[in-house]
Amino acid sequence: MTYAIEIHDLAKRYNIGTQNQLGSLREHLVDFAKNPFGIRQSKEGKDSIWALNGLSFSAQEGEVVGIVGRNGAGKSTLLKVLSRITYPTRGAVTVRGRVAALLEVGTGFHEELTGRENVYLNGSILGMRKREVDMQFDKIVAFSGIEKFIDTPIKRYSSGMRLRLGFAVAAHLNPDVLIVDEVLAVGDAEFQKKCVTAMEGLRGTGRTVLFVSHNLAAVEHLCSRAIWIDGGKIRQDGEPTDVIKAYMGQYAGGQSSGTDLEEGLHRTGNGDVRFTRIEYLNMDGTPRGITRSGDDLVIRLHYRADKAARDVNFGILLYTQMGTLLTWTSNWHHGKLIPSLPPGDGYVDLEIDSLNLVPGTYAFSLWLTGEDQKVLDKIETGLSLEVEVSDVYNCGRVLESKWGTIYFPQRWKIPEFAHQNP
Amino acid sequence: MLKELWDYRELFFFMAWRDIKLRYKQTVLGVLWALIQPFFTMVVFSVIFGQMANISSGGIPRPVFYLSALIPWIYFSSTLSSAGLSLVSNSTLLTKIYFPRIILPGSAALGGLLDFGIASAMLIGFLVYFGMPMGVELLLWPVLVIPLAMLAFGIGAFLAALNVKYRDVKYAIPFGIQLWLFISPVIYPVSVVPESYRWLLAFNPMTGLIEGFRYAVAPSAGLDLGILAISVGISVSVFILGIVYFKRTERAFADIV
Repeated sequence: MTYAIEIHDLAKRYNIGTQNQLGSLREHLVDFAKNPFGIRQSKEGKDSIWALNGLSFSAQEGEVVGIVGRNGAGKSTLLKVLSRITYPTRGAVTVRGRVAALLEVGTGFHEELTGRENVYLNGSILGMRKREVDMQFDKIVAFSGIEKFIDTPIKRYSSGMRLRLGFAVAAHLNPDVLIVDEVLAVGDAEFQKKCVTAMEGLRGTGRTVLFVSHNLAAVEHLCSRAIWIDGGKIRQDGEPTDVIKAYMGQYAGGQSSGTDLEEGLHRTGNGDVRFTRIEYLNMDGTPRGITRSGDDLVIRLHYRADKAARDVNFGILLYTQMGTLLTWTSNWHHGKLIPSLPPGDGYVDLEIDSLNLVPGTYAFSLWLTGEDQKVLDKIETGLSLEVEVSDVYNCGRVLESKWGTIYFPQRWKIPEFAHQNP
Repeated sequence: MLKELWDYRELFFFMAWRDIKLRYKQTVLGVLWALIQPFFTMVVFSVIFGQMANISSGGIPRPVFYLSALIPWIYFSSTLSSAGLSLVSNSTLLTKIYFPRIILPGSAALGGLLDFGIASAMLIGFLVYFGMPMGVELLLWPVLVIPLAMLAFGIGAFLAALNVKYRDVKYAIPFGIQLWLFISPVIYPVSVVPESYRWLLAFNPMTGLIEGFRYAVAPSAGLDLGILAISVGISVSVFILGIVYFKRTERAFADIV
């Protein structure tokens, strides 16, 4: 059996210090003046992160491999290295045959060009020959379903039309190795079905596919093998069903059915009442797997009261990773007072209708106070909540971290004239 | 690298085609702009530097004197800025897809040749109008395009790579081009420069090239073969150095752009 993809000990370091990234010439001149002989200080400092850290695997010809993992696990970096967009800091990659990488639908589309022109340009960027585009052109247009507007500049297209056209080109590529990132999440239900069928058609054609997705159902359905990546390394590699089960289970054992709060955390307070456990649940009380932007969420705070306490308040403060307070809430804020709490174990629930946060990691702290605001238990560091990406606006475009910190439940109303073809 | 460029040759032409298409999309005058810029610059130069400042044109009709320098100059300066900004302005492509990065400044240099060709046709019209002899020297015009494009591409590729890291380049380009115009023999012929200083001009590769272009359409202007040879030599060196610098830095483009 020949390997289509071979990866050996792949590692990629990113410098996240601002100076090295986008410094102006002046900063570099100042650096040069301070250190004219260019004596290198160790780059291993806190300003760098390893997005990939010693990752090895091979994929045989014809395998359809799904890559799963949470935000920041290294999935996107792996795809970028495989598609030669970025270069590894260490390790080697061998890919045999013609490679097409779809990290985005419609890469290189230009607003001013017509649909037809963009099909040729996009096809060419994705590695198609003009002759191939010529031959497939009618099929591409038919697949996209926008025959009528093919000679209209795409700046007049809706985002849905753009996605359709982009995917239509991508679906007619003919590579030996296809690298796909999240593109299945595009368009309306009918178009999605078309895309899944196109992806299914790739199985058994001898084509090797590497597919990254948050859609675990799609990975399970489409792939013949799944790889779970965590912290830039392979956590598990095998049958999709097994890997996804383990991946989900990680959340069930870790974040979702909760975090044990009994030990290993720095805390203050007299400890008369203590947090024992935090659980993440669905509204119906079942354990929650992954939490995504816009999801509803129940946070269950378990406690143990060694003795009876009066005027008890359960509080939670949610922060960004930079330490900005996003919200502070407690039963006192809601006027739900607890005049007396009997000794024993118990829990309170915080029900969130819609977690309107962009994907990312959020820190939170927990506190418990009693009579006269005396602190019973307070855990200020070491707790975090992972929010994964989701198509919150239902448009085929996932909410991205860079779009802010929060989003509002909202709608855009576009008047009729904007839909008309000029 | 050459084999890879050959594999991607269609993309190379498609990107040049895109640049050309985009340049004249939603313009009323369209491709006429390729003529308007050199024509009106020539008119203004003729009035100000010719009539008012009375700078010598070495006996050549002023329109021909200025156009023969302006056409290569405009190609050079516009390629410098479009190639120099080509990586940053296509940053979404850089971070989403692989292709030989050198295609971006390369297609900018290629796309500019269309305007150069159109403007050259206008110059031929002027030669006919002034009844100037069109001899074998005219063949030098298309030949000199090769070192001119190499020079513009070499500097453009270098600036493009530099601009990925230092956005200062964006501000330096227009300013540099402006200064460069005055140290090149566009407005004046080399013959007005005192002989003892002429060797200094040879360090500017545009000196020999522009004098060569001018000689191609007006042989009476004369040609210093020594300066031309130095200019061509510098152009080829700049071309090679530009590519070397570009290749040495391109691995980091997607990470820092």
